[in-house]
Amino acid sequence: MQFSKEEVRKVAKLANLDLTEAEVERMAHDMGEVLTHMEQLSSLDTSAVEPMTQVLFAAPATASLREDAVREKTLLGTEDALRNSALSGAGHFKVPRVIER
Amino acid sequence: MENLSTLTIGEVKQGLKEKKFSAVELARAAMQFAEAENPKTNAYLSFSPELAEEAAKQVDAKLAHGEDPGLLGGVPIAVKDVLSTKGVKTTCASRLLENYVPAYDATAVERLKASGALIVGKANCDEFAMGSSNENSAFGPVRNPVALDRVPGGSSGGSAAVVAQGTAVASLGSDTGGSIRQPASFCGVVGVTPTYGRVSRYGLVAFASSLDHVGPFARNVSDAALVLEAIAGRDELDATSAFAPVDDYQAEMRKPVAGMKIGIPKEYFDGLEAETGDKIYAGLEVLKKLGCEVKEVSLPHTAYAISCYYIICTAEASSNLARYDGVRYTARAEAAGLNEMYSRTRGEFFGMECKRRIMLGTYVLSHGYYDAFYLKAQKVRTLIAGDFSNALADVDALIAPVSPFPAFKIGEKMADPMQMYLSDIYTITGDLAGIPCMSVPCGKTAAGLPVGMQIFSGHFKESTMFRLAYAFEQAGGVA
Repeated sequence: MQFSKEEVRKVAKLANLDLTEAEVERMAHDMGEVLTHMEQLSSLDTSAVEPMTQVLFAAPATASLREDAVREKTLLGTEDALRNSALSGAGHFKVPRVIER
Repeated sequence: MENLSTLTIGEVKQGLKEKKFSAVELARAAMQFAEAENPKTNAYLSFSPELAEEAAKQVDAKLAHGEDPGLLGGVPIAVKDVLSTKGVKTTCASRLLENYVPAYDATAVERLKASGALIVGKANCDEFAMGSSNENSAFGPVRNPVALDRVPGGSSGGSAAVVAQGTAVASLGSDTGGSIRQPASFCGVVGVTPTYGRVSRYGLVAFASSLDHVGPFARNVSDAALVLEAIAGRDELDATSAFAPVDDYQAEMRKPVAGMKIGIPKEYFDGLEAETGDKIYAGLEVLKKLGCEVKEVSLPHTAYAISCYYIICTAEASSNLARYDGVRYTARAEAAGLNEMYSRTRGEFFGMECKRRIMLGTYVLSHGYYDAFYLKAQKVRTLIAGDFSNALADVDALIAPVSPFPAFKIGEKMADPMQMYLSDIYTITGDLAGIPCMSVPCGKTAAGLPVGMQIFSGHFKESTMFRLAYAFEQAGGVA
């Protein structure tokens, strides 16, 4: 399977991923090779097979549900939540301007 | 002080009990030794002397009061740098998280601490656990302590290397497609991937959530089982965490193996290097002498496993890695607009293998390709899991090689990602099926490179696997 540089750029845009020209070239080659291997799956008849959407859960389906109440243990305060942010201020994450006035 | 590089958990406990050394003395000696030895392998990314010292003081205080210091009381342990450690940097071997300090502990780490373990430091790995050689770390590859010009395997290469090198008594790693078993086999230590859901994934930085497992590395089977016992069990913070009770592995693994039935999956002996195959067959002879019945079985969908795995894991990875957008997780590339900032940050800080997997995952999930790739792979996963349940209905466990070949040279397989992916052929199936599996040392090649024997058992039957591994080890294994 051929994977073109144009297709690479399209997928990279979907993935919000900047690639250099050299990376686009490398990616076109690598993705072509890997996807060619993956295409072998089409030779297998799976018309009567259910997809595996849950790995393993040997308990009633609702067993992991809980009361909709605050769980103190996983409560992250503003300070902790913002500690790893690239840029913050006034108790918020700061990002580049989104709307032009 | 005992010889630190060969210390086992049993020896630590005995030494503390007989007052040969205190936990604080051991912590300091272990820390000093680990820091001095590390430049040889680059197996640790960071050290946590304060954590180790503090834990050691508590162990000594408990011992002084005649209290139980815990299952792992005073044991120096390393943690793969994809497991969150409160207040201690967790980089995932990525430039993107170079300065990330979690505000909470992963459940597995919390349980290590609760059992008295001394956390020595964070182990190097492939970036976001993506790789089979530990060469994808943004902070340099790890060298195999057995042969310094070779890879330790991946992605938990650092976790395997510290145990082999002797700079930790045991360690934690994660396994998504073989990332515990393959490095364990390359470095000649024991590595365990428990049943999916057996150990909580809470605080494990997500790579592919339906395939990610946390598990231990150790110098012997008993130690590995002990570390697993300390971290296993239901955790309400992980919705996929299992309710099944945790067995008493120390008692179960000592039961005799005579009469146990072992299956040999014939598909796992094609394309294998001769020397590796010879060692596995020699291992089977040891088990036969102990009274195990050995018969050939078939896992007919094995040939489809690589495709199935790399579709599912890249799809889940592309989704899990979407959170690294330059807002919440430290690294940001400056740009005038928001979307530009996202793309630039990700382009600048992710390494090539992460980019490749994000791209493949985005593609197989994208409109028009979802049915042909992702849905198809989920169906094939059902077939692969079915192969194992059919085989394990007839036998207690399956035995196979871990890797088609022993540790390869650094740089040897980096040029061709498909060749690297193909090297995971014998390990990815266990993750796809969610069953427990492990690598136990099974001799060395003529060049002195370790070979690992893989044992698979049924869901939640870690005891069965440990029983075979322990009997094999006690019988002397393979020279």
